[in-house]
Amino acid sequence: MIAGLARADRGSVTVLGADVALDYRRARRMLGVVPQELVFDPFFTVRETLRIQSGYFGIRGNDAWIDEVMHHLDLSAKADANMRSLSGGMKRRVLIAQALVHKPPVIVLDEPTAGVDVELRQGLWQFVRRLNRDGHTIVLTTHYLEEAELHCSRIAMLKAGRIVALDSTRNLLAGFSGPRTTARVVARDGTQHMLQMESYAELERELARLRVQGVEIADIELERPDLEQVFLQLTGRDS
Amino acid sequence: MTSFSTLFAKELLRFWKVSVQTVVAPVLTSLLYLVIFGQVLEGRVQVFEGVRYTAFLVPGLVMMSVLQNAFANSSSSLIQSKITGNIVFILLAPISYAEFFWAYVAASVARGLAVGAGVLAFTAWFVELRLEAPLWTAAFAFLGAALLGALGLLAGIVSEKIDQLAAFQNFVILPLTMLSGVFYSIHALPGFWRALSHANPFFYMIDGFRYGFFGASDVAPMLSLVLVTLSFAAVACLCLALLKSGYKLRT
Repeated sequence: MIAGLARADRGSVTVLGADVALDYRRARRMLGVVPQELVFDPFFTVRETLRIQSGYFGIRGNDAWIDEVMHHLDLSAKADANMRSLSGGMKRRVLIAQALVHKPPVIVLDEPTAGVDVELRQGLWQFVRRLNRDGHTIVLTTHYLEEAELHCSRIAMLKAGRIVALDSTRNLLAGFSGPRTTARVVARDGTQHMLQMESYAELERELARLRVQGVEIADIELERPDLEQVFLQLTGRDS
Repeated sequence: MTSFSTLFAKELLRFWKVSVQTVVAPVLTSLLYLVIFGQVLEGRVQVFEGVRYTAFLVPGLVMMSVLQNAFANSSSSLIQSKITGNIVFILLAPISYAEFFWAYVAASVARGLAVGAGVLAFTAWFVELRLEAPLWTAAFAFLGAALLGALGLLAGIVSEKIDQLAAFQNFVILPLTMLSGVFYSIHALPGFWRALSHANPFFYMIDGFRYGFFGASDVAPMLSLVLVTLSFAAVACLCLALLKSGYKLRT
């Protein structure tokens, strides 16, 4: 909807003040979208793909910037290779490069790590952090809440097309009303004990209580509430 | 303007990269038609005074390849982009629906004319042709290619699968081009079939195009020109309305 691929039934969306329906040219120029699917045009090379993409955004003679983007994404060696011959990870990098040819202030990453190997994932986040430091706003959509927790400063949670929460990561975690921390204790005889506490400071007292009951501790696992629990709590309340 | 010219250039580059398939192959097909039909029917059929059958056949074959290839270009490009998903790059870019339409149609015209010129160049080798009214020829080639380019775009927008598009191509475009008087004059047909041929828009394009070569035609070229222009305007309006609404492209 932000990018104009879908139309809103009602309401409006603006990108840095530009309405995506009424002022779509300005809105789309400010937006770089990395689609989720590995789409590519099999007729062209990497460089041709990026030149064409620049032209769509009204930019000619963009080779200096194209070279720089390819360099940062480790694509330079493949510049003249046909898109068809690239591996999945390389195609993903080209998609990112395509979203950047017109230097958009806002970049939308639609599940960028779905099916991506560890090495590329690390490289990707490093590059995205750099872009963010350079002043780009990054909008990340993901099903992996740990990714959101790790990388995002502000999180919106959606369920069935409705925003159920929109706040900073810290506030979302603070707003969680369940037990603050949990320890799962496995005893030598195989029985399990769940200890629920306000903070880990209470852990010693709780463990002492178990020992008094004659429990011999074999294993212990500590859990803090994470966004997944926040999400389940928020959406569970609705249903 | 850059968006339009880029999309146009991309569409040109697309068919040019596979020109053996998109230009050379259709030229060869037309040559085969010429050799076979020319061989079988030469001397048996005469349509216009003093015009040999093979010479009569050439303009029709040229126009038929112009039309079929203009249709093939926009329709196959769009359906491929839709199926592979790379249409998203065009939809995400600041390109207006009118730029989208004209870029696809212009590239289709270019491919149609390229194939037509190829067919003409090779067939002119076999028969002596002169152009009585080159402007008529150019006008019909151009408008016919634009009409079929727009029809191809329409078919590409509406189709969701390759086989739907193929059905449109095989059951609508191909019969209409074959039955448009490429191989015969419709005056040679019995009354009912002649009347039916008058309802075929392709007939007017072939007939008008042929007028440019021989200065003779089944109907007045001006009538053909008006009908072809009106057909193009109608298909163009429909395409533009569909593109504007985002029909089957945006949800």
